[in-house]
Amino acid sequence: MSAAASIEEPLNGGGTGATVTRLLRRNSWVLVLCGLLALLFVVTKVIQPAYGPSQVEALALAALPVALAAAGQAVALISGGIDLSIGSMMALTSVTAAVLMKGGSEESAVLVVVGVLLMGLVLGAINGSLVVLTRVPDIVVTLAMLYVWAGAALLVLNTPGGASAEWLRELINGTVVSEWAPKAVVLLLVLVLVIWIPLRNSRLGLSFYAVGSNRLAAFRSGVDVSKTKVAAYAFTGLFAAMGGLSLTMSTGIGTPVPGPYLLASVAAVVLGGVSLAGGRGGLVGPIVAVFILRLVRTDLTLMGIDPNYTTVIEGVIMVSVVMVGGLVALRSRGS
Amino acid sequence: MTPPQPTPETTELLLDATGVVKRYGAVVALRDASLAVRPGEVHALLGANGAGKSTLVKILTGAVHPDRGRILVRGQERDVHSPAAARRSGLISVYQEPALIPDLDVLANLRLTQTPAAPVRTWVQRLGVHDLDLHEMVRDLPLAVVRVLDLARALAVEPDILLLDEMTAALPADLAEKVLDEVGKLRETGQSVIFISHRLLEVSALCDRATVLRDGETVGVVDMEPGAEERIVDLMMGPSDEREATPARRATSAATQVSEVPLKQTDARLRLRDVGAGLRLKEVSFELHPGEVLGLVALEGQGQDELFGVLSGMRRPSRGSLEVDGQEVHFRHPADAIRKGLVYVPGDRVEALLMQRSVRENIALPSTARPRRWGPIDMGAERERVASAIKRLQIDTRAQGEVRRLSGGNQQKVTIARWIAGGVRTLLCFDPTRGIDIRTKREIYELLRDLADAGSAVLLYTSELEEVQLACDRAVVIFGGRVVDDIPASIADEPTLIRAAYGLPRETGTVGILAGGDTGRGAGEEVTA
Repeated sequence: MSAAASIEEPLNGGGTGATVTRLLRRNSWVLVLCGLLALLFVVTKVIQPAYGPSQVEALALAALPVALAAAGQAVALISGGIDLSIGSMMALTSVTAAVLMKGGSEESAVLVVVGVLLMGLVLGAINGSLVVLTRVPDIVVTLAMLYVWAGAALLVLNTPGGASAEWLRELINGTVVSEWAPKAVVLLLVLVLVIWIPLRNSRLGLSFYAVGSNRLAAFRSGVDVSKTKVAAYAFTGLFAAMGGLSLTMSTGIGTPVPGPYLLASVAAVVLGGVSLAGGRGGLVGPIVAVFILRLVRTDLTLMGIDPNYTTVIEGVIMVSVVMVGGLVALRSRGS
Repeated sequence: MTPPQPTPETTELLLDATGVVKRYGAVVALRDASLAVRPGEVHALLGANGAGKSTLVKILTGAVHPDRGRILVRGQERDVHSPAAARRSGLISVYQEPALIPDLDVLANLRLTQTPAAPVRTWVQRLGVHDLDLHEMVRDLPLAVVRVLDLARALAVEPDILLLDEMTAALPADLAEKVLDEVGKLRETGQSVIFISHRLLEVSALCDRATVLRDGETVGVVDMEPGAEERIVDLMMGPSDEREATPARRATSAATQVSEVPLKQTDARLRLRDVGAGLRLKEVSFELHPGEVLGLVALEGQGQDELFGVLSGMRRPSRGSLEVDGQEVHFRHPADAIRKGLVYVPGDRVEALLMQRSVRENIALPSTARPRRWGPIDMGAERERVASAIKRLQIDTRAQGEVRRLSGGNQQKVTIARWIAGGVRTLLCFDPTRGIDIRTKREIYELLRDLADAGSAVLLYTSELEEVQLACDRAVVIFGGRVVDDIPASIADEPTLIRAAYGLPRETGTVGILAGGDTGRGAGEEVTA
């Protein structure tokens, strides 16, 4: 008991300066990203003085599925894997939800939501189990599953269609409390608070980091590496299902062809401070990074820059930010 | 003197493993291993490289499942399939490579193994580390501290059996001493320790008994009394009639006759002065002369990897100087070393070869990849050079399309052939004959001798001690990152080398005079308990 208390101690005793410094230092990259995002908002306001609440709301709505995909991808990467099938899983869960909700009552949609989320968990667990059982590299297995889930999505629904319950659409469209607080952003915050924070501090969450950081050490510490990998992919699948639901919720229909969410998720995760080698990072960084990448694109459009240059500039920004971040980290550790 | 195994009182034993067998495919790692640990004893597990020690450790810790055999804990059969289950059965292990997650802070690491923090804090201090912040990320801590922390984490849960696998190998002397002291005290609480170490002096000072493995078999259990080291070395070596095969084979190799000549007063091809690198290589000085095959003998992890890294330009030394032909050199890249005529033949062939490419391309690679030579490759000249090298080394080229289809021995010849094709002055061979057949081995010895006779200098690290007399002129022995002996091949028989490699003095009998002094412990006093 006393032992448990002394472990919790640092979390409660946040009053001391040391704890605050440590928290700041450990989350420095997320803070940098937040600063970058704030700066971008200022820039946007300068370029386009009319940029207001409704534009922010549109931005949040567009960012929501990408942010959920990035969250899922982050879990996969932290535990030392990668999930290329994330876009396909989103398409599959999206059309499944749209088909099931078509013609159904508002109330039955609750069941659909629960069912689709469970479906995501199962899809992810299948990915993870295949990785563990076949011992084929993660990237190959999930590449194969990209095609499998994409095909399944087309089997469920051949052309865009289906429907979404009204209350679900209202859940993400619009704002709450203030016109500056889009529901989509609030929903993301709630999800992070409800899912990620408890998970990160649980033994399972620690195991994700442990397996991604050093498999052998994790194994020797008594972590069941196989189960941990399956669980991590299951969470990736869960986030993919949420992303799929959000697509149906925002458009009101299901689209069987996967959107550009795979590369967008990897880009955001890398920019968000998750190590491709595993073991480092969190979910908040990637989610903030999604908004940054979106806003950059908006700004470039507002400035009237040729869309072909826009993608080039996006790529350059990504590499430079990650590179500068890496250099700063190196410098601070060397001193 | 003592019979190998005075059948133990089975009821008294804390751990009793008998008849343990483990095969990996056709390779038998353990044929009949046993280990009996009494409550409250520190028990050493010893054996030369490849004796099966590490396999037995993996089985005890649940990482590997034995094919046959029985493991009893307190008289109860134990069925353990994972390290987690082994922990629950009361056995915790601490390895040379700490099992802490670098990307989590210390507290998170403790939570991962459900270890309470308070006793860990106490233990860390008792082990001599006083300024540890438990909120620190493990990757930001010095390695020695991480090791101590790993041990403290194990001690905090008061395991019945603590398994220490080469745990002290990379600790600074003062910490190592503290650790050994505390480990010794565990006896008082009835806890047992299985202790694995290459430092025989450490073993004799700390342990009560020792189990010796050879060729996958438990060959004896020794009570640690004065003079036990000799018996342990004997057990590790095997019966003397097996050993007598060596001189007979030596006679077939005409090469060794040359070796009796004392060192010529030529200029050294390679001169090392107090070279150190990383944690393990402390301070090594020796000379390598043209026309010489110099053997290098060391137990695993005594700094030989770092030494070869430095010599081949793959890593920079942290101290000391390196001279080639009397000129000081600073290698920044393997290409620098190659330009100075130093070439590296790694023991792991996968490191050196392009497995999917042909024999010809592999042999020609160093000459075609030479810096500042772009442009098209002169195919005719290349073919000629390669053909002569293949002939010289008698490489079986039936499967020359892809190197990976060659046998191990032929692959190893290719790694050497590529340097001969380019004309080599100094060859750095790291265990080049590991896992290849005897005939090819002999061909490689002859090749090395021929190269030396033609004026090249050869440095040969070997884990097979008989090779010293088969191929070398003399042998340098490294222990704890320092040169502890320099033995002419004529007297470098296996017992002599093994003794030196374990840090024991060359003239036997008087343990304790030797360099063990760096920890300042007089081994003799504490032996009897």
